[in-house]
Amino acid sequence: MVRFLIKRLSLLIPTLLGVVTLVFFMIALSPGDPARVMLGERANKQQLETLRAELGLDQPLGTQYGLYLKRMVRFDFGKSIKTGRPVMEEISNLYPATIELAFFAMIFAATIGIIIGVLSATRKNTWIDFTSMVGALFGVSMPVFWLALVLIMIFSVGLDLLPTGSRMNVRYYFESITNFYVIDAIILLIREGDPKYLSSAVKHLILPSVALGTIPLAIIARVTRSSMLEVLTQDYIKTARSAGIKESRVVYRYALKNALLPVITIIGLQFGLLLSGAILTETIFAWPGLGKWLYHAIEARDYPAVQGGVIIISTTFVLINLVVDILYTLVNPKIRLQ
Amino acid sequence: MTEELKNNNEILLSIRGLEVNFHTYRGIIQAVRSVSFDIKKGETLALVGESGCGKSVTAHAINQLIPMPPGKIDKGEIFFEGKDLLKLSEKEIRAYRGDKISMIFQEPMTSLNPVFKIGKQIADVFMTHHKISKKEAWDRAVRLLELVKIPSPASRANSYPHQLSGGMRQRAMIAMALASPEPGLMIADEPTTALDVTIQAQILRLLAELKAEIEMSVLLITHDMGVVAETADRVVVMYAGRKVEEAEVHDLFEHPGHPYTLGLLNSLPSNEKYKGQTRLEAITGQVPDLLTIGLWCPFENRCKYAKDICRKEFPEKTEVEPGHSIWCHQVGKLD
Ligand SMILES: Nc1ncnc2c1ncn2[C@@H]1O[C@H](COP(=O)(O)OP(=O)(O)OP(=O)(O)O)[C@@H](O)[C@H]1O
Ligand SMILES: [Mg+2]
Repeated sequence: MVRFLIKRLSLLIPTLLGVVTLVFFMIALSPGDPARVMLGERANKQQLETLRAELGLDQPLGTQYGLYLKRMVRFDFGKSIKTGRPVMEEISNLYPATIELAFFAMIFAATIGIIIGVLSATRKNTWIDFTSMVGALFGVSMPVFWLALVLIMIFSVGLDLLPTGSRMNVRYYFESITNFYVIDAIILLIREGDPKYLSSAVKHLILPSVALGTIPLAIIARVTRSSMLEVLTQDYIKTARSAGIKESRVVYRYALKNALLPVITIIGLQFGLLLSGAILTETIFAWPGLGKWLYHAIEARDYPAVQGGVIIISTTFVLINLVVDILYTLVNPKIRLQ
Repeated sequence: MTEELKNNNEILLSIRGLEVNFHTYRGIIQAVRSVSFDIKKGETLALVGESGCGKSVTAHAINQLIPMPPGKIDKGEIFFEGKDLLKLSEKEIRAYRGDKISMIFQEPMTSLNPVFKIGKQIADVFMTHHKISKKEAWDRAVRLLELVKIPSPASRANSYPHQLSGGMRQRAMIAMALASPEPGLMIADEPTTALDVTIQAQILRLLAELKAEIEMSVLLITHDMGVVAETADRVVVMYAGRKVEEAEVHDLFEHPGHPYTLGLLNSLPSNEKYKGQTRLEAITGQVPDLLTIGLWCPFENRCKYAKDICRKEFPEKTEVEPGHSIWCHQVGKLD
């Protein structure tokens, strides 16, 4: 296991180098003069020269690449052209919000999705199975913005049960420590014994998580169902039954652990997509996350910001892949021991 | 019937008039038709016949592991220690599975769960049937692995199935089937078919040794007459869902009475005995389709002794010697 981890971690370096290089050349080779694009048509020569020097654009490409790599190692993405603040600072303020949302969306999607998948597999061709699978079909084909609006209409406007529009009750005096509000709220709960922050943070997470998690939920339910159906026909399931093992244990332990292998892959993939694809949800729920920010950065051709955002998101992708691989080997001894 | 069985301490399992049908969209597959036989305590009964004749279905009816639907046990009784298993609830029958009635399967490669250690899989069976601690269950699992002669059992218990050879896995399967204090009946569904000949011999020897050590009966399913000769006490021959002959193993090999049995024995490669006789070589013709099969003798279309009567009705039992019965209209007229 340790050897596997070392091997896998050492593979991380070339992958990340590839990502960083790709982003560099995508921007360096994109048509037009970035300085001109950034400053607009009416910028004078002086201004252009200054920006070029600042971005290192007056150097030869090789030197530029070397400088760029050096900066990347320090996670230094330069300053945002739009706001003038360091890109890394903006990202570290916003990304936790996105990660938090994606994480809760994924927990919602994975638990409910796996439960639905298992139930419909073990009750194949009953009304439970049909309802779940029709529901799953709706889930994948439902436009996220529509679902988000419906959720807001019902639970927020109509029933006034759940808040929307930020990450925490705005009336609370609340200074974030980690930018993960749930973690902050837990720290506050321990420190001050006041649960109102945690309750508010979680309540604010519910609607956007449901909106964001519905598509992955439907996909996970379908993958779990088909994987489970296949596993349940395997000989070792018959063996377990012939040994008198309780049916619930046969299903939830003997079969599910095998059936989870493809599900883990899907969860990882979907989680990566949620991190980069939460723009719509973030916009509708006014969630101050990276998706919305990146969207505006691209629109404004804020190259340093785009660069930083893309690299951070791809790095997360790579890391999620690593976690998936590790989980995979934990579940599947065949891979672990090779 | 029940009284008689209760009083007969010799008999462990008694199947009476078993009928199993599969209700598929194509129609009703009559997989097992009025099959009856007994298994005595400590005996090895071989169930033989070619592929698809209903051996596995008969065996799975005992612990009710037939997939239902499409399968359905439409008739019959299966007495185990005097109790009709077919009248038990799912929960009650589950208490028998892996405890008094255990099973080993044909495919050692796929019959063990790939994601659990074999020690864990065996320990789980113990813990299902007994209130013992994890540690205790694991220790017993290791002792069982030792019993089935797996080298360095304590470390082998920590292996995953794919780390063991086919023969070792089949030993582990046997250990799992023994995970009860005194196994009553072990059903071995072609336990050696997937193994090569030397390993096959080792596994059969192991089963024989275990039987001498533990008081258990074995229902051995096979289509290999060589295996039958080596291990069985008594033989039931099945053909297309019917029982066609039953005899002590010695009687069967000495005086096979049913044309189908004769055919089976003649197709044994090493069989010198029937050289002089009319050699049937391989049995020609097709097994009848179980969907449309009639009530007459199912072997009729492949039998060179068949007469008109064979196409009319299924024969009555003829007991040629005590304990040797044949279901054939042409008994004694085979030469
Ligand atoms: N799940 C099922 N659905 C439909 N038909 C089935 C099913 N299981 C078995 N059958 C039918 O029952 C008949 C008997 O099958 P069985 O598995 O008992 O054969 P067998 O004698 O064990 O053969 P083999 O030597 O190949 O294992 C087969 O011909 C098959 O058509
Ligand atoms: Mg079979």
